[in-house]
Amino acid sequence: MKQKLVVIGAGMASGRVLEHLTDAAPDAFDITLFNAEPRGNYNRIMLSPVLAGDQTYEDIVTHDDAWYAERGITCRFGEKAVKIDRELKVVEGENGHVPYDKLIFGTGSNPFMIPMPGHDLDGVIAYRDLEDTEQMMGMGAGNKVVVIGGGLLGLEAAAGMAARGADVTVVHIMGHLMERQLDPAAGYLLKKSLEEKGITVLLNAKSTEIAGKDGKARALLLEDGTELPCDLLVMAVGIRPNTALAQETGLAVGRGIHVDDQMITSDADIYAVGECVEHQGEVFGLVAPLYDQAKVLAQTLLGEDAAFKQRSLSTKLKVTGCDLFSAGDFAEGETREDIVFRDPARGVYKRLVLEGDKLVGAVMYGDTGDSNWFFGLIRDGEDVSEMRETLIFGPAYQGGGSADPLSAVAALPPEAEICGCNGVCKSDITTAIEGGATDLGAIRATTKASASCGTCTGLVEQLLQVTLGDDFQMPTAQPVCGCCELTHEDVRRLIKSQELKSQEAVWQELGWKTLNGCHVCRPAVNYYLLADWPVEYQDDPQSRFVNERKHANIQKDGTFSVVPRMWGGITNPAELRAIADAAEKYDVPTVKVTGGQRIDLLGVKGADLPYIWSDLNKAGLVSGHAYSKGLRTVKTCVGTDHCRFGTQDSTGLGVKLEKILWGSWTPHKLKLAVSGCPRNCAEATCKDIGLVCVDSGFQISIGGAAGMDVKETELLVQVPTEDEAIEVVMAVTQAYREGGKYLDRLYKWMAKVGLDWIKETVVDDLENRRALVERFELSQSIYRKDPWAEQAKEAPRFAPMADLTLEAAE
Amino acid sequence: MSWIDIGHIDDIPLRGARVVKTPVGCIALFRTGANKVFAASDTCPHKGGPLSEGIVHGQSVTCPLHNWVFDLHSGQAQGADEGQIATYPVQLDGERILLDSTSLGQRSAA
Ligand code: SRM
Ligand SMILES: Cc1cc2nc3c(=O)[nH]c(=O)nc-3n(C[C@H](O)[C@H](O)[C@H](O)COP(=O)(O)OP(=O)(O)OC[C@H]3O[C@@H](n4cnc5c(N)ncnc54)[C@H](O)[C@@H]3O)c2cc1C
Ligand code: SF4
Ligand code: FES
Repeated sequence: MKQKLVVIGAGMASGRVLEHLTDAAPDAFDITLFNAEPRGNYNRIMLSPVLAGDQTYEDIVTHDDAWYAERGITCRFGEKAVKIDRELKVVEGENGHVPYDKLIFGTGSNPFMIPMPGHDLDGVIAYRDLEDTEQMMGMGAGNKVVVIGGGLLGLEAAAGMAARGADVTVVHIMGHLMERQLDPAAGYLLKKSLEEKGITVLLNAKSTEIAGKDGKARALLLEDGTELPCDLLVMAVGIRPNTALAQETGLAVGRGIHVDDQMITSDADIYAVGECVEHQGEVFGLVAPLYDQAKVLAQTLLGEDAAFKQRSLSTKLKVTGCDLFSAGDFAEGETREDIVFRDPARGVYKRLVLEGDKLVGAVMYGDTGDSNWFFGLIRDGEDVSEMRETLIFGPAYQGGGSADPLSAVAALPPEAEICGCNGVCKSDITTAIEGGATDLGAIRATTKASASCGTCTGLVEQLLQVTLGDDFQMPTAQPVCGCCELTHEDVRRLIKSQELKSQEAVWQELGWKTLNGCHVCRPAVNYYLLADWPVEYQDDPQSRFVNERKHANIQKDGTFSVVPRMWGGITNPAELRAIADAAEKYDVPTVKVTGGQRIDLLGVKGADLPYIWSDLNKAGLVSGHAYSKGLRTVKTCVGTDHCRFGTQDSTGLGVKLEKILWGSWTPHKLKLAVSGCPRNCAEATCKDIGLVCVDSGFQISIGGAAGMDVKETELLVQVPTEDEAIEVVMAVTQAYREGGKYLDRLYKWMAKVGLDWIKETVVDDLENRRALVERFELSQSIYRKDPWAEQAKEAPRFAPMADLTLEAAE
Repeated sequence: MSWIDIGHIDDIPLRGARVVKTPVGCIALFRTGANKVFAASDTCPHKGGPLSEGIVHGQSVTCPLHNWVFDLHSGQAQGADEGQIATYPVQLDGERILLDSTSLGQRSAA
């Protein structure tokens, strides 16, 4: 007699089992197939092309009625299996019983729905089956859709609806898209491609609630208060193996239904296959391993020896124009080495991860033509030491090649601005070169590019090189560090002209050769980004030198010094008392008056920092930024308040300036002083910006120093009023912030751009002066605040993570 | 080996470090940009700089005092500088960080 085989779920895995089984032994079993969906097996993967309009449902059906009929399979579609009696060996369907000798679970997964308020409203769907797809297909132009989840499914849903004209926003909780399959660099490129398709992508965005109206979803609310109106909300945040029936049946179930290498569950007559299973602690979400399982299960049923083995997986995304690939384990780590290749011109990123002589992981974006070859190397664990040098160029390439250092410039669009001073774009310059201007001097004469502040000189030279090739001899310029080929000036200018607003954007578009820079370039890039995009870019403490990360100066013994601000050098008994109390309470070994008119508490233990700050905060004292590449001090003298020679209120002006400028980040430290008369007791003429008061107003001079170089300031301008003095100081500070090379004091920047240029643009050009002030104020709206107060809230971070000496003593 | 739970991976900032006090002295736990965790001595062999305060880049850390760079896996100083820091077995169990207490203890006994 034929054995009775019952299959629950007509999915991709069980479908494969039936194919193998009926091909190998057409008459071995009498088969009944239940499926909750009102249809047979289709290629679920291809729902995305159906959604995008590239295919129809008919195209993706794998088993039609005729197929089942030919193989004598009894189909019970649209009917759920609801109960199983293991003693009687009967499956109870919604419409009646079916006895079995052998039973297969192929119940797949359920989409996970975040149980936030509103998740059960109408218009909130998952992305799993044809019904979901059909709802999404109804979203054309004029409809707003929000997709929660920036993984594979969410992005395919988003791209499909965008292709139909809907206005789509993807909300993702992590810092980059598809974080499980991609590294941040590839995630950056993917985001860029999706944005080019008109999709809005919000990262680090936490959804809190779905607001509804008349029982229907109306908008998604985010933690930061953003409200995203929507006609449809798609939740694609993950799947959970569908195990409810197996659990009720009394099978061993963990995250999925437990199976052994033969796909047998804890009951010898019951098998499971597909996304519903858990094998050796793993659950599955891609079809490749499921097909392996299906083959093993068919063989098991036929009494053949077979065992399921997990193997490496690879991922691709089925979105036109987003060519990505990832495989293997691409985390950095133990004995691992990275090979990184970036071609900004083509938007290509490739990263190979090697361990010993083997390739263990790969991430690629933009050019995935060789991905199968790389995947094969990973899967087969081949020795790649011989081809290491050229490995990243793929199978066709033998003979060594290297990234073109000029490709970042070659990639710029014709309208990219090269010279900010004179508004000269790339095509102006290339046209001039083609017209016969073949050296820097000729370019300056014909286009004015690089003829003003000169910070774009490097870029102009690179354009000459790109356009003229070997006919142009490139002067050697120092790149920022070994991670890239560009100078500081080039990096700054490209960040602006290409609107690069994240570190990932800089690494990719400017062809960085390392994953995330080094201790030399990363602090510089962090500064450039925050100076140019104060609102869009978020300062990254991990890209800062310890002093700026800890908001205190590290000492040679690892302790720190704490210097509270004394505005213009003015203090009072209450502040002094608070400082004295803090010094006693935290056993501060040295209390010193600094050369900057304030008090330094030296030798504070790292773990005490947040507490001493919080005590000082209570007395109204804030960080003095004695550690920062930013505003340090504004020294003052007593001025008209007390001094018989004082001409203006130098103390008052100093305090005002310090209150306006504090908290701002600059290329290097910035020190000011205001003296009440030319006797200059505040030593204003050796500061970055010095003001000397005279009867008729204020002399503002810049570019002084008294450190490794001693320099006297040079007069920028004399202005009649205090307000105008403040305006000029803000404007020149901002010009230095926008133009200075990281770690150049103001005098070095001045030597490069010239005092005359600063006078023209900052002082004489009133419109530009006001624009500089406005940009400074915009930045200060974010940075003019006390970092100590913020950091004190993070107190636990300053303590050791664990103390094992205590446990050892027990 | 005997693994002890030290904390959650998010207790360490991405591309950052935290210190663990142990019988063999302070050990720094580093978390790289790719979410890999390494354990190594917190003390720079040059002049004792606290490596946990350094900038973490790729799979390396730069000492905050005089910029020596160490590979976090081998503990070797990179480039022209010569020196090495001790490294310790560390494991990630999901998002929990585990340190091997015996290796810390044994070293103290030696
Ligand atoms: C505390 C203080 C010395 C004092 O006891 O008076 C001091 C202490 C340090 N100075 Fe200074 N400087 C101090 C006033 C000065 C002055 C005088 C002034 O500002 O009027 C100068 C000369 C003026 C100038 O900057 O042009 C000065 C020129 C330097 C330089 C050389 C800068 C240059 O561009 O040439 C450095 C090194 C650097 O920044 O790279 C430096 C660096 C340092 C560092 C931060 C060294 C370091 O990187 O660890 C010292 C930190 C000690 C600590 O742990 O707190 N310090 N330093 C002064 C703090 C002033 C304040 O209240 O913020
Ligand atoms: C839009 C989309 C795109 C995808 N793209 C890819 C891709 O590019 N690459 C890739 O590898 N994978 C992709 N996947 C994942 C892939 O489709 C799944 O891994 C695969 O379909 C799982 O197969 P399965 O047989 O385990 O489950 P399913 O195919 O989900 O089949 C399970 C079936 O069981 C039925 N069922 C459940 N319980 C019962 C019950 N009690 N009674 C009766 N019937 C029941 C369900 O209705 C369902 O029809 C994608 C998935 C989706 C949704
Ligand atoms: S002069 Fe040198 S030693 Fe003295 S505080 Fe300044 S940097 Fe330190
Ligand atoms: S103490 Fe580490 S480099 Fe000097």
